[in-house]
Amino acid sequence: MFDEMRGADGTRPPYREIERWLDALGPEALALKRDEAETLFRRIGITFAVYGEGGDPERLIPFDLIPRVFSATEWRTLSRGIVQRAKALNAFLHDVYHRGEILKAGIVPEDLVYRNSAFLPEMMGVDPPGRVYSHIVGIDIVRTGPHDFMVLEDNCRTPSGVSYMLENREIMMRMFPDLFARERVEPVDGYASMLRATLEEVAPRACRQDPVCVVLTPGPLNSAYYEHSFLADQMGVELVEARDLFVDRGLVWMKTTEGPKRVDVIYRRIDDDFIDPLVFRPESVLGVAGLMNAYRAGGVTIVGAPGAGVADDKAVYCYVPDMIRFYLGETPILKNVPTWKCGDPGDRAHVLDNLGEVVVKEVHGSGGYGMLIGPRSTEAEREIFRRKIEADPGAFIAQPTLALSTVPTMTADGAAAPRHVDFRPFALVGREIRLTPGGLTRVALREGSLVVNSSQGGGVKDTWVLADR
Amino acid sequence: MSTLSRTASELFWMTRYLERAEAMARLVEMGRRMAMLPSDRETAADEWRSVIAASGCAPHFEGRAVDERAAVLGLITDRENPSSIVSCFDRARQNARSVRTALTTQSWETLNEAWLKLGDLTEERVLRELPQTLDWVKGRCAQFRGAADATMLRDDRYDFGRLGIFIERADMTLRLLDVKHFVLLPETEVVGGGRDRHQWTSVLMATSALRAYHWAYRGDYSPWRIADFLILNHSCPRSLAYCYDEIIGVLDRLARAYGARHPCHHTATETVAMLADIDIGEIFHDGLHEFLIGAVARNNRLAYEIGAAYHF
Repeated sequence: MFDEMRGADGTRPPYREIERWLDALGPEALALKRDEAETLFRRIGITFAVYGEGGDPERLIPFDLIPRVFSATEWRTLSRGIVQRAKALNAFLHDVYHRGEILKAGIVPEDLVYRNSAFLPEMMGVDPPGRVYSHIVGIDIVRTGPHDFMVLEDNCRTPSGVSYMLENREIMMRMFPDLFARERVEPVDGYASMLRATLEEVAPRACRQDPVCVVLTPGPLNSAYYEHSFLADQMGVELVEARDLFVDRGLVWMKTTEGPKRVDVIYRRIDDDFIDPLVFRPESVLGVAGLMNAYRAGGVTIVGAPGAGVADDKAVYCYVPDMIRFYLGETPILKNVPTWKCGDPGDRAHVLDNLGEVVVKEVHGSGGYGMLIGPRSTEAEREIFRRKIEADPGAFIAQPTLALSTVPTMTADGAAAPRHVDFRPFALVGREIRLTPGGLTRVALREGSLVVNSSQGGGVKDTWVLADR
Repeated sequence: MSTLSRTASELFWMTRYLERAEAMARLVEMGRRMAMLPSDRETAADEWRSVIAASGCAPHFEGRAVDERAAVLGLITDRENPSSIVSCFDRARQNARSVRTALTTQSWETLNEAWLKLGDLTEERVLRELPQTLDWVKGRCAQFRGAADATMLRDDRYDFGRLGIFIERADMTLRLLDVKHFVLLPETEVVGGGRDRHQWTSVLMATSALRAYHWAYRGDYSPWRIADFLILNHSCPRSLAYCYDEIIGVLDRLARAYGARHPCHHTATETVAMLADIDIGEIFHDGLHEFLIGAVARNNRLAYEIGAAYHF
């Protein structure tokens, strides 16, 4: 098991300052600081709702004070790999909604695309500005050794969590200014202006003046509402709900105190299904009637494009390295986690024989729900998954149980103990690809646990990228 | 310059609810002072009933026995009463959360922190520490106004919030006067009557205007002067005249920014002109009660017309 602070030959260089800081502070002071941080989060209102459970509807994601650190060299490799992947995913999306070359070449099976519920026939032949479909690509990366980074999954729709990246840093800088004075940490606060620049770059052709951009939220009851309002605020654009928008003469308008006002770019934080009741779900109250038509006619840009989810499904994921070779002619910089597709008879047999060792995931699942972690499962749970897989093999994939890297994390009494982490950086795709040096580190707070999702008891950490010396 | 209509509406209601929460605290303060006078139980209950009537919460108390405990809890902690202090904070915070981007961090945090502390307002604690509770409520509301005043951009969003404050405040002052109008009528004046004197001072207390009144009128409690102070005096910050000075100022600024005037501008201008023309003698001559209910109705119409003019 690889610990990012304590390597085989003592403390690894990027963590030396952190170690000194932990030793100087001691567990008691650290525990007090944690309470202070929690008060700050509550006061600012950084909360996250977990569905389907009673209790506090606005709960905090546990924030761990000990940062996760990447060296400048590590970040260089990561960032090249992330940008490469974001490019290939967008090329793939443009391809499947146009000529489907990669399917015709027999590299990606047609069924995986055309029979995918995230594939939207309505998007065939549509040309989004800049050929960008997924404008914000969140790539989940895990680490198993000093030089071993692997992509666990891609998020091409509207990945969330970036507000935590920004607020975690804010809180850390507020609470430990001296730490930042001693260590050269790359800033992350350029994210909002980069996002705004990205949105403006993909304004529709019909837009002649300064593009009017908005963030579209389902409303205050949504679990990520804090992030929606935070991003709108940081970008200086309106945060709208569907009822604030309407479509007229092929254009989108928002209702303002001075009457209707044109909207050019909608950064939507609602799912495809809820964009337009005329096209998708007639019973939806979240959508804007006529939005898809306005979009197809080039009257407005929807960020990310409807149908972008077809690229981030866990079965399509297996082919991303092939996409990189096919569209970019490059060697993939970041590896995939080896994956068995249960739809394939050979792979399926292997998975069913080894249920106790592998991690089984639903192809369309997310948020850590509907997952089997073999080594920690009971006989009964394995039996349930065996039956599920046999009933609908194409809906499942499996991966080896990875020894995710650990980072020191505060336990209840303030002591630091290794806990497993993953990492989600956010690539912004407009006319160019922009990447903030950092991202969201999620940590499984329970000892030995591998599940980092906030809905399943995971926490977050500030993520540092050190500047070159 | 323009803003989302929904944002304008949420800001307007957010400040209204906060103003209402503060007014509720003042009303309970008034009730508490009245209840400290020696009297029989029925008189005390009457006082609380008039507090409830002034608060506009009468429907909530219908069919319930009213004593101090019921009135205090109903007006402060009862979430089933949509105008209780706790409900007002809930709704103001809900409004604020829906338009977080329209608020400065400091304004939001002030309101959110107050809301987080509502959990401490247990029934038992409210009854035991009533004066402290009321001070706390008034303090939070003042703190929010201060934070907004110190940090918010003076744009149309700020203006919609200001309108909410003064529409609500005018409404509250008018209703308070109406509930107590019988004490203010000259025919009920008993020379040197201690209870009436206490009533008048309580009305002034409920508007936090007792000291101001002393300065303006040198401690001369006559019903006419109290009514004059709360209706026509431009320097009393809770008077109808003052509220409308603020309202017309804001509406004029909006008209300049948007380049358009609407029926609400007309209604507000009319009210301001009427207040300039009339003196307190005429108001009493034509009937204080009639004047007050007329003004409440005009104030409601104005609120409606503001919403219509700015599409919310």
